[in-house]
Amino acid sequence: MRLLLVGTSHRLAPLEVRERVALGPEGEAALALRLGASGEAVCLSTCNRTELYLAADDTGAAGERATEALADLGGVPRAELEPYLYRLEQEAAATHLFRVAAGLDSLVPGEGEIQGQVRSAYERGAVGPLLDRLFRQALHTGKRVRTETAIGESPASVASAAAALAAQVFGDLTGRRIVVVGAGKVGELAARNLVSRGAELSFVANRSLDRASSLAERFGGEALPLDAVDGELARADIVVSSTSARDPILSREQVAGALPARKGRPLLLVDLAVPRDVDPAVRNLGGCFLYDIDDLQSVVEETLTGRRGEAIRAEAIVAAEGERFRAWLASLDSVPAIASLRERAETIRRGELAKMGPRLAGLSDRERHAVESLTNQIVNKLLHQPIMRLKEAGFGEEDDGRAPQGRLEG
Amino acid sequence: MAELLVWPALLAYGEAAVAYAGNARNPAAFGRPATWGVRIGWLAQTGVLVVQGVRADGFPWSTWAGSLNLFVWLVVGAYLIWGCSPRYRLLGLGVMPLAAALLAVSFAAGGTEAGSGAAWGDVVLVSHIALVLVSFAGFTVAGGLAALELWQERVLKSHPAGLLRMRAPSLVVLDQLTVTTVAVSLAALTAGIVPGLARLPDRGLDVLIAGTVVLWALGASVLYLRVRVGRRELAAVLALGGVGAVIVLQLGLLFAHLG
Repeated sequence: MRLLLVGTSHRLAPLEVRERVALGPEGEAALALRLGASGEAVCLSTCNRTELYLAADDTGAAGERATEALADLGGVPRAELEPYLYRLEQEAAATHLFRVAAGLDSLVPGEGEIQGQVRSAYERGAVGPLLDRLFRQALHTGKRVRTETAIGESPASVASAAAALAAQVFGDLTGRRIVVVGAGKVGELAARNLVSRGAELSFVANRSLDRASSLAERFGGEALPLDAVDGELARADIVVSSTSARDPILSREQVAGALPARKGRPLLLVDLAVPRDVDPAVRNLGGCFLYDIDDLQSVVEETLTGRRGEAIRAEAIVAAEGERFRAWLASLDSVPAIASLRERAETIRRGELAKMGPRLAGLSDRERHAVESLTNQIVNKLLHQPIMRLKEAGFGEEDDGRAPQGRLEG
Repeated sequence: MAELLVWPALLAYGEAAVAYAGNARNPAAFGRPATWGVRIGWLAQTGVLVVQGVRADGFPWSTWAGSLNLFVWLVVGAYLIWGCSPRYRLLGLGVMPLAAALLAVSFAAGGTEAGSGAAWGDVVLVSHIALVLVSFAGFTVAGGLAALELWQERVLKSHPAGLLRMRAPSLVVLDQLTVTTVAVSLAALTAGIVPGLARLPDRGLDVLIAGTVVLWALGASVLYLRVRVGRRELAAVLALGGVGAVIVLQLGLLFAHLG
């Protein structure tokens, strides 16, 4: 059995191509079942990639089937699709999957979602011994990279940066009250990130109360007219603003007016709007922390730079895991030779015991058991060194074209 | 025996101080050595105190140098409660060099020896010294926390791009810890002043007692400003000022001792 990968990703194919060969969960499972009929197969399909991992004796034929399957899926002629495909075998394919699981092949290095996607693909695949080992090791590699490096620690989007900032101000966000000003997609994303960390969305203020109600209902909050926001400032902990208003929604005076009632509690204002919704002079008020879109973007850029630095350490982990997988693959080559050697030795042992049969007839069961045990031990000791040499020959770098048995015999 | 344990304590505190300085540049390499330096040093110093307590005929920390030894142990002990977390390592950078230096001074002045300044039976004096030292240690740590809080506030206000890469406790957590530590220290100081007042007719009012009362007023102001008025930043500045008051009082004790 050899390992083969045929696939395409954001590194090679534009979105128009990727979306044509993308698969849903059912599609992944069905294609894996079809391609795995003559071996093993796992289909990994995300917004950035569609990859088919196959284990087959004839990788040439398996590769042809995989390419055909992708062309059929995309409804494009094979010749048109091929420039966007890559094809990797054995440890190169394994190392690629380890990089994918570690998030090193993602658009945002170290993003965590891919680990779950690899796990789902594995669970939906038609796996046998080779792909089972490959995917389990890939998940282990992803986990190691996230534990042993800081690649996934920092936020990679403006919305998650806002949530991380809130945690920097408040610590645990459980029970912190959020007021969202503007019911657009940007504000919703930021609110979703904050809510996922335990904060509570209290109010959504918008010019159109219908849109505010729709967003508020999804998060268990209440809708509010835009001009009632300053009434809630005294009780809010985090204000996320993202309207398309031409003039500021919150003035310095409005925010300053709410401060005495806050009794020193910090107020975080996240202004994601362009033009800005919150008067920049608010940042001079004590206990108020105002962040606009530029501030958040520079935080994200900085953390991405940090992630790229951590990626160097992550690559070392992936390389070590790739080497471990290569050694395991190589050890598979020597398994038939070891089995054949053991079988031959066992046949000789049994034959010699059979020849001695009449002379051993007078032995008790206990004595017969002792003789069996003794001969077994002699055979095992004699075989130990040749088996070790076979395994070493399997792990060796050089391939002289001979089967392991041939190498053993010199 | 006590002398044998002082050196490991001093070395470990010194190592922790150096490691905390290195931690600011390379947290991966220096974080653990710093934490273990604090732990080992504190255990060794605990051993010193136990040996002193067992060997001495009376309360061995009533002298100025002895009280400094106990003060260092209390400060490091209070810091240890939070200091093992990576987020509080910046606080360690303030606490551990101070602890190493003060322990060295105490050692040089004979504060780690087993001599006695007061009889165990003098419960009033012993409880007065112990409680006041606990409060001094508490105010010192609260000052460190307040400094960290003010630094965190400044960082959050100045919007540096690398803000999220600075591992420090959140502003609200630091605020709560500072207030709690000041409250506990104030309670200890109040309880420590009462036995001191019992001795007032014998000793009379001196500068040290006046300084202690000032420290008490400072602690009370911190709590009033933070809890009643909601002036968080001003309360943190006053809590930081508490460290200055403790230093003045310790120096006052030294001069009283020399005098």
